[in-house]
Amino acid sequence: MVEATNDFVQEKETIVIKGNISAAYAAKSARVQVISAYPITPQTTVVEKLSEFVDNGLMPGTQYIKVESEHSVMASVITASMAGTRTFTATAGQGLFYMFEMLHWASGSRLPIVTTIASRGAAPPWNIWADFTDVISCRDTGWMTAFCATHQEIYDEVLMSYKLCEDYEVLLPKFVAYGGFILSHTSKPVIIEDQDLVDSFLPPLPDEKGWPHMWIDPERPLMFGNLIMPSGFYYEFRMKIHDAMVRAKEKIKSVAKDFEKIFGRNYGNGLIQEYKMDGADIGMVIYGDLALQMEQAVDDLREEGYKVGMVKLRHFRPFPVEDIIEIAKKVPLLGVVDRATAFGSPTGGPVSCEVKTALHDAKGTARILPMINGLGGREVTLEQQKIQLKMLIKLNETGELPKDMLYGTFWDGLLEVK
Amino acid sequence: MVKLKEALESCQEEFFLPGNSCCAGCGLEIALRWAMKALGPNTALVTPASCLNVVVGLWPKAAPNFPFTNMAFAAAAAAATGMSAAFKAKDYRFPGKVWGEMTTLAFAGDGGTTDIGIQGLSGAAERNSDFIYCCYDNEAYMNTGIQRSSSTPHGAVTTTTTLGKERYKKNLPAIMAAHEIPYVATCCVSEPLDLYDKFKKAKSIKGCRYIHILSPCPPGWGYQSESTIELARLAVKTGSWILYEIENGIMKLSKKSQPLLDPSKRTPLVEYLSNQKRFSKLSEKDLIELQERLDRNWERIVAELSCQEGYQK
Amino acid sequence: MSESEKWKKINKSKEERPKVQEYKNWKELPPIPISLPIDGNMGTTGDWRTFRPIIDQKNCNKCGFCWMYCPEGVIEKKEDGHFEIDLLYCKGCGICAKECPTKNIEMVRESDIKDG
Repeated sequence: MVEATNDFVQEKETIVIKGNISAAYAAKSARVQVISAYPITPQTTVVEKLSEFVDNGLMPGTQYIKVESEHSVMASVITASMAGTRTFTATAGQGLFYMFEMLHWASGSRLPIVTTIASRGAAPPWNIWADFTDVISCRDTGWMTAFCATHQEIYDEVLMSYKLCEDYEVLLPKFVAYGGFILSHTSKPVIIEDQDLVDSFLPPLPDEKGWPHMWIDPERPLMFGNLIMPSGFYYEFRMKIHDAMVRAKEKIKSVAKDFEKIFGRNYGNGLIQEYKMDGADIGMVIYGDLALQMEQAVDDLREEGYKVGMVKLRHFRPFPVEDIIEIAKKVPLLGVVDRATAFGSPTGGPVSCEVKTALHDAKGTARILPMINGLGGREVTLEQQKIQLKMLIKLNETGELPKDMLYGTFWDGLLEVK
Repeated sequence: MVKLKEALESCQEEFFLPGNSCCAGCGLEIALRWAMKALGPNTALVTPASCLNVVVGLWPKAAPNFPFTNMAFAAAAAAATGMSAAFKAKDYRFPGKVWGEMTTLAFAGDGGTTDIGIQGLSGAAERNSDFIYCCYDNEAYMNTGIQRSSSTPHGAVTTTTTLGKERYKKNLPAIMAAHEIPYVATCCVSEPLDLYDKFKKAKSIKGCRYIHILSPCPPGWGYQSESTIELARLAVKTGSWILYEIENGIMKLSKKSQPLLDPSKRTPLVEYLSNQKRFSKLSEKDLIELQERLDRNWERIVAELSCQEGYQK
Repeated sequence: MSESEKWKKINKSKEERPKVQEYKNWKELPPIPISLPIDGNMGTTGDWRTFRPIIDQKNCNKCGFCWMYCPEGVIEKKEDGHFEIDLLYCKGCGICAKECPTKNIEMVRESDIKDG
């Protein structure tokens, strides 16, 4: 029995913790009832901390299942959620790929599961550092996806996600992704909120009857998941998932508003977070941990007299089409920088492809320069980001493209050994 | 030990409704029918891709009159783990209700157990997850049209072993016993009341329980549908399928297999094999080898039982 | 979720909820396909039969073996102890006839039976 230290909080306190621990505290604050745990770098300390909480009686009634693979992680979380409990798990990279089949099962069952992803590069070759290819590879599985730029945002986004996912109009699972090692293993002060306040923000835990659409109850026996012929409603059931996710955009905005009202922290409108876009000549669309550093780059350049701005993309699924169109009307040129790949796609970068698609039918919107950087945790320095912004300014003024372009996309930071 | 007369009085309720798409004479259906009579309505069943997944009907109609969920092929054991954990979490919040009495049952075929599902099953057994895992063994991937599984016996013809399977049947009950779970049992559809007793006993035990049921398949094994029970009975009488229970590591032979400790009481194996078209490619040499393996297996059982007497003292 | 709340009726108890679900279009559908238990979920499987089992009630000793072994569970014990086969769903597998200890069940070809 480990002695409780001032690590364990139930009232509002600011503690200096790693990003992973922030995620674990969020799961504890959300009073999750079933956790399925399997280690994988760089997520491992999430489940380790949760194990500590559970073993020390700080999460009474919570079931902590130590499964033997990620596929089993998702399978057990799915049935636990079906039976009417709030569930949580965490994974990364290869683990996420291993549970891919079950991701479809979770979204097809419309279950409000929240999973944190400490994103890492895809193997081979092995790479355990920040790279969002893993969570982006799952874009079509029907899971909503949010990116976090700060340690506090991880804690906050997990709480907001439970409120979003368990809304009866949404009922979809969600990823909360953040950069492996960059956020997962560095420490910053994080406000862990008062439990009563969190309880007032979140919906209550599901009652005995379970969810409104799915239950395991001998009084109301049902069967779920059996075959539907092509002539049956399969097509329509699948369409409903897309419908629910697109309609969730409004819900994301209202949850972010509620969050700000109760906890006092603002995250833009929930879908995107603009920074100094007003009066800017060019803008940068960015997501993940690098967005925080980009804010500093924007500030530094603004001081030097350059009119630059940026937009932090908070949600990738559902994609904030309307908000991106509004942003793209403000400037003639937008850089979109990915920290992930989409091989063989029109731009090579997943978010830049989606931004281009969103803007296709809108009139009077910016030209897009797709960019990629930082794959496999490759460091992207503040200086490098300032150069990226200056490059966009130059492109806007003179039409001069940077070197290291490949098929219309700028791959920044490629190694050149002298 | 329930008798037929008692069962006739107390087990009238059918939990698996008729008019489903099981084949006529399906062994799985008899197994599930009697398993559910033993477990009762407070059972949640998880089934991976298998015959059972498909015979239960097309949406929006269902055959099972109890909570039933389909699951991906490899995920039966993990899914059952999650469900039983959720019942515990619910029991904590709502004590004294049905949640503390729910039985989670994973009902998988031999493919979903011995092949693709074995990782999950081994994991669940190691952590002693609280559910009953039942494998109904029709000795091939029958749902997809009779392909070999690792539970297919030597010499059986399947669509992927058209000359007869070279390797031997994987002994899942022994593997599960090696995990030291509280209860392992083998059953046969020719002994429904024995099956009922074993499920009743499993229901009363906490932890990971494993039951393996031999269930003949008319199209897959190549016989007329009326012979399902007779073939299953022959499997037991020849000693090819041994009925036993291993409770907390102690093996006990069941009533119909107990007398077969004496080799002279075993019906010759050829009587069981010759009635199935899938064994039509067996040579004389194969038959002799299989009979020898069977007898050797029984010697191992005898050795285990006498060892047991030693360490039980 | 959908624009119609029609599907929420299936959330009620076994007795109150509809036996059969009917939806016109995607807006009326529930979020996920839930199936409800019903007899004859694949139709009247009695149509599958080539041979029909007929119990010789006079000589039947009411042992119950046929009831025990019937895979479909369509043999029902009546109040006076005799057994009746539900021909709506009986698939004609022949197990009851084969297992009857007193050989009092006969499998008769359907086409030989005159409905009267």
